[in-house]
Amino acid sequence: MEEPRNFSDIDGGHLALQRRCYSPSCREFCLSCPRLSLRSLTAATCSVWLAAYGLFALCQNSMVLSAAIFITLLGLLGYLHFVKIDQETLLIIGSLGIQMTSSYASGKESTTFIEMGKVKDVVINEAIYMQKVIYYLCILLKDPVEPQGVSQVVPVFQSAKPRLDCLIEVYRSCQEILAHQEVTSASS
Amino acid sequence: MVLKVFFPSCCSSADSGLLIGRWIPEQNSAIILAVVHFPFIPFQVKQYLSEVQKVSQIETVVLGTWCNNKQEKEESLGKFLDDLSTIFSHEPWLQISKEKGSKFWNCHTLSRQAGTPKEDQIILIYYDQRKTMLSRLHPPETSLDNQPGVITAPDASKLAAVFDTVARNEVLFLTDRYDEGPIKLSHWQSEGVEASIIVELAKQASVPVCMLLTCLLSLVSGLCRSRILKFWPLSFIWSKLSTCEQVGYRLEHLRFVFSNQKAENHTQFMRKANIFVSLLLDMALGIMLLSWLYRKNRIGQLAEALIPVADHVARELQDLLQWLMGVPAGLKMNRALDQVLGRFFLYHIHLWISYIHLLSPFIEMILWYVGLSACLGLTVVLSILSDIIALLTFHIYCFYVYGARLYCLKIYGLSSLWRLFRGKKWNVLRQRVDSCSYDLDQLFIGTLLFTILLFLLPTTALYYLVFTLLRLLVVFVQGLIHLLVDLIDSLPFYSIGLRLCRSYRLAAGVKFRVLEQEVGRPLRLLMQIP
Repeated sequence: MEEPRNFSDIDGGHLALQRRCYSPSCREFCLSCPRLSLRSLTAATCSVWLAAYGLFALCQNSMVLSAAIFITLLGLLGYLHFVKIDQETLLIIGSLGIQMTSSYASGKESTTFIEMGKVKDVVINEAIYMQKVIYYLCILLKDPVEPQGVSQVVPVFQSAKPRLDCLIEVYRSCQEILAHQEVTSASS
Repeated sequence: MVLKVFFPSCCSSADSGLLIGRWIPEQNSAIILAVVHFPFIPFQVKQYLSEVQKVSQIETVVLGTWCNNKQEKEESLGKFLDDLSTIFSHEPWLQISKEKGSKFWNCHTLSRQAGTPKEDQIILIYYDQRKTMLSRLHPPETSLDNQPGVITAPDASKLAAVFDTVARNEVLFLTDRYDEGPIKLSHWQSEGVEASIIVELAKQASVPVCMLLTCLLSLVSGLCRSRILKFWPLSFIWSKLSTCEQVGYRLEHLRFVFSNQKAENHTQFMRKANIFVSLLLDMALGIMLLSWLYRKNRIGQLAEALIPVADHVARELQDLLQWLMGVPAGLKMNRALDQVLGRFFLYHIHLWISYIHLLSPFIEMILWYVGLSACLGLTVVLSILSDIIALLTFHIYCFYVYGARLYCLKIYGLSSLWRLFRGKKWNVLRQRVDSCSYDLDQLFIGTLLFTILLFLLPTTALYYLVFTLLRLLVVFVQGLIHLLVDLIDSLPFYSIGLRLCRSYRLAAGVKFRVLEQEVGRPLRLLMQIP
């Protein structure tokens, strides 16, 4: 168990990476995203309520105000449950597979598990996103039809979006496990 | 080399014994299905395993020993367990043991082939046996090769093999350690054999019920296909009525569900289940509607309301025609043509209203008998409703046809005379426009007719537009009703219900959780089906 290390994401927000090594062939990387800032929450609520008050001043119907409160509450709940991701985890178990978990602010967890037989490699790719060039870690899946081809590219840490230094750490650990697994599968 | 051991979580508290399951050498994984308790006779265990193998067609062997030390460490038991490895030879031989009060287990492998026993890295994966058995995770393709139970392709999913193994060994889960037999097993049924009386009774009753229903349905469909109903006017009417189509469709469904053959694969089973639940839901909704409709004389109220509605529609149509005959939307119509068309349609409406009034004393009785068909299902009632709407707005359909025909004729005439105007002709043989020299009198009459048709175009076009819009409205309403009928027919209610209530049966993947670790012990994982 190591203590969390601090990195930053592509927008400059603060990320914390925690590495856990359960066994020589099993590692877990946990990235915590920046929390919901009070400033943005206050700004959103105030703008919605100002608009509602303006409408109320126009049409003198108090239902507008209650509707605005309702919408704010529902919107916040929906945002916390479906949009805001608190933590992203990558669990790599040699000879079993790779599991990615995203946990939302409301406690919901969504998991994807990819078997080791389908994983071709783990690489860092570059992407041109509007005016930025960003790096992202992705898992390449094998193509069942063509042995040398790649059927799918699965990006990891999609909402945390860490920078290259963090990605290199994760990449090195993953490659150690994959290489170890290649060696053992070749020797058997 | 990493060795994966899949251990059922229900056997964690079982007494010491032998581990039986399946060994997959290509993936270096051992799937443990049950624990055989002492005392046992090795010969009987081997016999039982070969019987199980014959039924499930999966190689079930003795994989190792399980030692649950509830009291202090017993040395003699350890020696005894070591001797067992010589009786049931299996490479590699697993030895899993658990101490009292300790969460962490000991797991060793004995390998006789290599000279030095190399300590493999072992991963212990706990799985919920009942949920794994019931879920269907991408069953391996056995249609590609004709050897069931053999994983040939290297890209066959590893976890699918685990699920398949557990699902196929259902026969193993029928005997229990409390049964009076030579073999005492421990598996997920050990806490109490789970079975439902209703399910068993339904299974027993299903065969004669299916046979009876198949006979009845074949009789009914034979009747429907008889020659009497195939004569020209009747067959035309049947094809136009959506009720007949819906009833035929439901008959097909019933025959599929109650056929005597079992479903071959899982997709067909799901289809049957979906159709069955859809039929049940349909009938339930239909009977609810029936009970609501036949109370408090609602049929009578409906019948009484129908005639005034038809009158109201006719009056609105008459107003519309009067408006068209005057100066509609500021456009100036050709008075003579306007009057002719308007009077023609007005007379039509008058005829229609007379027919409706003629029919009015019988409407309540007709509605009463037609409403009884709701017991066949809500979809049938909705189709009948759609047909009734079509019949009641038949005059709108007629107007649309007249308007469209007139407009069509006019357009044909105009296009042909336009070609004449330019000195061309449509060559029917060559299917193209050719030049042609006309005589002077042909040209003269052609131009005259062209002018007449052109100046009468706005009137006809307006009538066509108005009646097309009315017809579109009726078609839109009918379309909504048909959409609802299709929704009830084809929505897979069984799958939706299964996904909501027993989501592990339609598993899309698995989830691993790492349990508490201790250095030097095997890695412990929990496999969950979300």
